[in-house]
Amino acid sequence: MAAQPRIWDLHCHISAAGRTPTERMAELMRYADRMRIERVCIYMGYPHSTNPSPERLREENDQVLEALEHWHDRAFGFCYVSGEHVDASLREIDRCVRDGPMVGIKLWVARRCNDPALDPIIRRAAELKAVIFQHTWFKTDGKNFSGESTPDDLVALAKRHPGVPLICGHTGGTWELGIRAVRATPQIYVDLAGSDPTAGITEMAVRELGAERVIYGSDAPGRSFASQLAKVVGASIDDADKERILGGNLRRLMKEILAKKGVRT
Amino acid sequence: MNTDVVDVYVWLSRWPFRRLPADDTRQLVAKLKAGGVKTAWAGSFDGLFHRDLATVNERLTADCRELGDGLLRPFGSVNPKLPEWEDDLRRCHEVHAMPGVRLAPAYHGYSLEDPAVARLLAGAAERRLLVEILVSLEDQRTQTTLGRVPQLELAPLADLVKQTPGLRLVLLGAFHGGAKRDAIERLAASGEVYFEIATLEGMGGISRLIEWVTVERILFGSSSPFFYFDSARLKLQESELAGRPLEQIGSLNANRLLES
Repeated sequence: MAAQPRIWDLHCHISAAGRTPTERMAELMRYADRMRIERVCIYMGYPHSTNPSPERLREENDQVLEALEHWHDRAFGFCYVSGEHVDASLREIDRCVRDGPMVGIKLWVARRCNDPALDPIIRRAAELKAVIFQHTWFKTDGKNFSGESTPDDLVALAKRHPGVPLICGHTGGTWELGIRAVRATPQIYVDLAGSDPTAGITEMAVRELGAERVIYGSDAPGRSFASQLAKVVGASIDDADKERILGGNLRRLMKEILAKKGVRT
Repeated sequence: MNTDVVDVYVWLSRWPFRRLPADDTRQLVAKLKAGGVKTAWAGSFDGLFHRDLATVNERLTADCRELGDGLLRPFGSVNPKLPEWEDDLRRCHEVHAMPGVRLAPAYHGYSLEDPAVARLLAGAAERRLLVEILVSLEDQRTQTTLGRVPQLELAPLADLVKQTPGLRLVLLGAFHGGAKRDAIERLAASGEVYFEIATLEGMGGISRLIEWVTVERILFGSSSPFFYFDSARLKLQESELAGRPLEQIGSLNANRLLES
C-alpha cells in the first residue's frame, strides 16, 4: 500500500501476559504499536467464561474497564453480555455503555443468537447505537459448543431486527460458508479475525459482500496481529478497499456512538 | 525486512478444494520475489492426493526449473505405504537432484509408528536428503467433507529422530491448535529438528518459540499460496527481531541446512 493506513482492530482481548488488566493491556498495546495499529476494541476478561454467571459477566466487564483506564485514546471497550442472563446483561449494558465508556456489546457462545430470548439485548444495544458483535462459527468437524452461533443463526437474528447493524464474528470461521450465509443480509458485516490466514478469504468477502461490509480484526493475543493483518495487506484487492477494511468501515459503524460520547478520532 | 529470505514451505500446483490467489507458479514466484524471497522449497499439492508420485515429482522438478526463475527448489513427495516407494526416494535424489523430500503422513494415512517410516527416514538420511514432514495444513474445523485429515500425532517422532543418525528434519505446520511447549522442546532436543512459522500463532509468537527451541531451529515458512505470504513476513516484524536473529530465521538457518 502506498501510505500507512489508519488501522482499527475490531477484535482483541486482554488475555496477554500480565498480573493485572492494566499490565495485560500494556502488553497488547506494545505489540499493537509494533504493527502500527491505531486503535483496538477489547472485550471479555480472563479467564474466558463460555457460559458466565451474572456475577462473572460483571467481573469480566470490570476487567475491561480497568484495562481501558490508561488507554482511552487508543482503545474501545465492548460489554460482554449473555443470552442466558438477559436481565443481567441489560444492567451491564446500562452500566458499561449507557453510563460508562464502552461502545459495543459482545455475545459469545452461551446461547445461540437465533433465540428470540436475546431480543431485548439487541434492542437495548441498538437504542444506544452500540456496535453489536456476535461470535459465529461453522465448525465442519461438528464440534460447535451447544450455545455457539452460526452465521445462519445471525441471519435469523437480523430478520427480527431489520436495519440494525450486526457483526458476524470470524466470518463464521469456515468463511466460504459464512460469506454465503450472510450475503443476502446487508445489515450484517463480517469480522476477518481469528482464523488461519487462508488465502482468498478477503477477496471472496469483497467480491460477494462489497468491501464496505468487511472489517479487519485480529483476535489477539490468541492470534497474532501479523497473521490477521496479512489477510488484508496480502489480499488481491485495491488499496481503497484495504483502507476501508482496515479501519474505515469500523469508524463509520462507530460514528454515532462515538459522537454521542464526545470521542474524537 | 532487509534480509534475503529462504521460504522453506511453499506449494505448487492446485489445492483441490478452492482456487487460491497465486496458485499459478509464475504468479507465486512473483509474489515471493516481491516479499524478498531468494529461495523457496517447493512441494506439490498433487503429492498429497495422487498415487503416481513419480509423475508428480517430475512435474514439480520441471515447474521449478522452467517457471521458478531460479528461485524454486523441488522437494519431492514420497509415500512409504505405496509399493516400491524406495524408487521414488531414489529418483528424488539421483534423477531430480532434489535437496529433500516432503512427507505427508496424515494425508497418506499412516502414523509415525509405522515401521516403514523409520526405513524411509533412514534412507533419506543415508542420501543426505532433508526431510520435511507435514504436521497440519488446514484447520480441522474448516475442512470439507471429502478433505477430512487429522492432525499428525507427533509423540513417536522424538524416538525416531534419536534412532536415525544424520537425519535433518523440518516440521511443517507444527503449531495448529496450539502446540505444547514440552512436546516441542522434546522434539528439538531429540536431534536436528527444525520448525517453520506458518502456523505459529499468538502475539509475538516467534519470540516465544525462540525461548522454546533457540533461534537456530527456526525457519521462515509461509505455506504460500495456501496462506497469505504476508502472514509469515509480518510475524518477523511483530516479534521484535533484528540483526542476527532476523537473518538466522530469514535465511541463514535454512542455507546452513542445505549446505550441511
